[in-house]
Amino acid sequence: MVTWSRFNIASIVFGFAFLYLPIVLLVIFSFNESKLVTVWAGFSTKWYVQLLHNQALLDAAWVTVRVGLISATVATVLGTLAALAMTRYTRFRGRMLFSGMIYAPLVMPEVITGLSMLLLFVAVGLDRGFWTLTLAHITFTMCFVAVVVQSRLLSFDRSIEEAAMDLGATPVATFLQVTLPVIAPAVFSGWVLAFTLSLDDLVISNFTSGPGATTLPMKIYSQVRLGVTPEINAVCTILIGIVAMGVLVASVVSRRREIQRVKDEQAAFAL
Amino acid sequence: MKSLGSIRRSFAPWADPASVPFIAVRNVTKKFGNFVAVDNLSLDIYPREFFALLGASGCGKSTLLRMLAGFEQPTSGEIVLDGQSLAGIPPYRRPVNMMFQSYALFPHMTVENNIAFGLKQDGMPKPQIAERVDQMLKLVKLDKFAKRKPHQLSGGQRQRVALARSLAKRPKVLLLDEPLGALDKKLREETQFELMDLQQQLGLTFVVVTHDQEEAMTMADRIAVMAHGKVIQVATPPEIYEAPNSRFVADFIGDVNIFDGTVSAAGPGAVEIATEAGFKVRLASAEAPAVGTKAGLAVRPEKIRVSRDKPSCAPLNAAEGEIWDIGYLGDMTIFHVRLKDGKVIKASSLNAVRAVEDPLGYDQQVWISFDENAGVVLKD
Amino acid sequence: MSKFGSAIFNRLVIIIPYVWLTVFFLAPFFIVLRISLSETAIAMPPYLPVFNLADGISGIVEKIGQLSTANYEFLASDALYTNAYLSSLRIAVVSTIVTLMIAYPIAYSMAKAPTSIRPTLLMLVILPFWTSFLIRVYAWIAILKPEGLLNQFLLTLGVIDEPLIILNTNWAIYIGIVYSYLPFMVLPIYSSLEKMDHSLTEAAQDLGCTPICAFWRVTFPLSLPGVIAGCMLVFIPAVGEFVIPDLLGGSETLMIGKTLWNEFNSNRDWPISAAVATILLLILVVPIMFFQHAQAKADGEGK
Ligand SMILES: Nc1ncnc2c1ncn2[C@@H]1O[C@H](COP(=O)(O)OP(=O)(O)O)[C@@H](O)[C@H]1O
Ligand SMILES: [Mg+2]
Repeated sequence: MVTWSRFNIASIVFGFAFLYLPIVLLVIFSFNESKLVTVWAGFSTKWYVQLLHNQALLDAAWVTVRVGLISATVATVLGTLAALAMTRYTRFRGRMLFSGMIYAPLVMPEVITGLSMLLLFVAVGLDRGFWTLTLAHITFTMCFVAVVVQSRLLSFDRSIEEAAMDLGATPVATFLQVTLPVIAPAVFSGWVLAFTLSLDDLVISNFTSGPGATTLPMKIYSQVRLGVTPEINAVCTILIGIVAMGVLVASVVSRRREIQRVKDEQAAFAL
Repeated sequence: MKSLGSIRRSFAPWADPASVPFIAVRNVTKKFGNFVAVDNLSLDIYPREFFALLGASGCGKSTLLRMLAGFEQPTSGEIVLDGQSLAGIPPYRRPVNMMFQSYALFPHMTVENNIAFGLKQDGMPKPQIAERVDQMLKLVKLDKFAKRKPHQLSGGQRQRVALARSLAKRPKVLLLDEPLGALDKKLREETQFELMDLQQQLGLTFVVVTHDQEEAMTMADRIAVMAHGKVIQVATPPEIYEAPNSRFVADFIGDVNIFDGTVSAAGPGAVEIATEAGFKVRLASAEAPAVGTKAGLAVRPEKIRVSRDKPSCAPLNAAEGEIWDIGYLGDMTIFHVRLKDGKVIKASSLNAVRAVEDPLGYDQQVWISFDENAGVVLKD
Repeated sequence: MSKFGSAIFNRLVIIIPYVWLTVFFLAPFFIVLRISLSETAIAMPPYLPVFNLADGISGIVEKIGQLSTANYEFLASDALYTNAYLSSLRIAVVSTIVTLMIAYPIAYSMAKAPTSIRPTLLMLVILPFWTSFLIRVYAWIAILKPEGLLNQFLLTLGVIDEPLIILNTNWAIYIGIVYSYLPFMVLPIYSSLEKMDHSLTEAAQDLGCTPICAFWRVTFPLSLPGVIAGCMLVFIPAVGEFVIPDLLGGSETLMIGKTLWNEFNSNRDWPISAAVATILLLILVVPIMFFQHAQAKADGEGK
């Protein structure tokens, strides 16, 4: 059997401490009584209460959520189509270029993506604002959706689609009744990923949004530049909390399902 | 109900020139790029026939089956089903159904929804669907499992669901790609007979792909032996075994000893061959190859006798050698006998009695011999 | 399979995302290129107009004559830009190597962890990836400040006598990059190690290799695709990183992403920003193509 050595345990403990300590500290100091973020002066939730009165921040949050919902939904549709195109049609004209356009945004420095999209909007005369922001978010998040869905499609057993057609389902019926339900969990995680990426983005948003469409990260950024405050810590804590909750719930649900499936399988073979 | 055997014996539409094939494969070629997977292949399959495609892995069996189902289009040639050309007809409009090697059950649907899937596509009214699904579940003895999902079933149960699903639409032809390949040996043997019963009961045409010769021999009315995209021989299991038309088929099905030689005499009903192993063979043969041509001679191990004493037919159909290896299998014993020229031949003898007095042992000098009708002449 | 069913459905699957990406991802690069070749103008938009198809061929030819490489000449003449590119590359290379050295043992240990806790560990690595980059970088400010938590801690322990100056130096940038990009390195390495057959190292040891030799001769080479993917995922975005140098770096920190941002947002010099972006893209195009190729190959093998 594989042994888990002391070295292994130490690497994991140190690795995770490194990953999580800064976030934990940030969360802790959001409950600090004092305005100083580095000196603990007692527990308080006053910064959270204060947030509720910060209308500009609340507005920014509302913009962020709206952009996130719209862009994640459109990006999921586009990304799923792109993943289908990548996995199902191995030969079409310009496939290399297509796969380049899927993978490149994953690593492209955001300043380049942001600047180039802004210049596009200016060139075609679109006023910068909510919709340019949304278009930009759709574009960069759809590639992440495409990659997530693609990896599911690669392990997809094509014979179940053939079986559906063999039983009389047209290609469209096959897609809707067989393919889509089977890849639905991956499509859903693609959506969640797109939503959080949109929620978190600063650089691309800064380039592509305009007056009246300030997002939460843009708001946070402009305040961070003025210094670290417990109020920002509180906003960040809420954002982290939302994302962590989402991911935790999703993974617990999928874990449960997995365990149930394994149990079912064992039960089936015990018969 | 009539016994299977009696139905089988009288079932031979391929021998009747008046009968019309149900599926006709005409000069079909399938290329993948430059690779020829199916090579100018022609076949006739008759109504209610249990037809097996047998061949080594990669010889193009699945490709042929997938062309029947409509998942692949022939590069050239034509497939006719019940008098109608299938060219250009997509899989979802063909009156055939397929049982997939991987079963391809829909993982997100219960057993009954899997079975109902094809019926729903046809727009069959709900009560009728329910009735048909029930009937299919009973047929494959899965009525208790209707509400389960595929992952809650064992391998054998999944296989039955796949079968029920492909039969639910009452297809004219059922295509089965290695239907028993994923089952263990015991279950496979049981299921073979169940499949045969089912086919008789429903009166369907089955085309089954397999690489397992025993499976093909057990189930099929006729077997097509394939190699490299071509059909080498199409015949009933006994013909394939006892009268292979080529060295390939003789070697592929069961064990065989092949002697090379030259035809030394050919008379009506019999041929004489001088083998390279140094003895003469006289065989009953309907065909008479020309004297002086090269010919092969195939003799199955169970048709070769091994004895200490010189057989009466010697020197014809007999040769001397020594026992080289002995394999005791319980029901029979396999002898490897090394002839004078070094050729090793296999002979098997049934262990009809429990204890043989003075059994043959290693290194003993023995004679091998066989009857005039024990072997076949191979011309290639 | 594309023969079946409505050809239109099949076509749309390709055409819709293709057109979208061409319009919103690919075309903008050509606009960037075009603008990088324009003269700076004072009016808004602050550059001279782009090609206009209405001009016809002769119009375009005439405009091509007006293209100016002045921006590139300016970039080349000002050492600030050259230094910024070089310094970005250096910082990205060093951070990538450090990230790899930290990530590999983590990924390796995760892959050797009992199967029951692997999903949890995996989730813990992925979780930071879902939380805002900005927030994670921001969290380090309070730690690295002269009066920050790290210095307080070290002073209390008596390890140091006076606060270390880390914030606003390149050290802070290294820490920030390694920290932010660590999950990107761990994940691909973990997935390449995880699917590796354990009996391979056993076979190597059976054939007389020590465990360390088995690691270097079997495990590590087989995890190379993951290592390469991880390095690309860290290196490429790190070169153009903006948030980290902006928040953690000091005034003397030179990174091209920050330079571009400043040209654009503070100096409002669009043609120069476009030229900076074009050069940055040219530097990164080879690694990006390499990444795409490796990724496409890995996905192809997954079939
Ligand atoms: N879609 C395909 N593309 C290319 N080659 C294929 C394809 N399908 C099958 N082949 C090749 O055709 C040959 C026959 O395959 P198949 O019909 O599946 O053989 P089998 O007799 O084992 O069922 C194999 O060599 C296989 O590699
Ligand atoms: Mg096959």
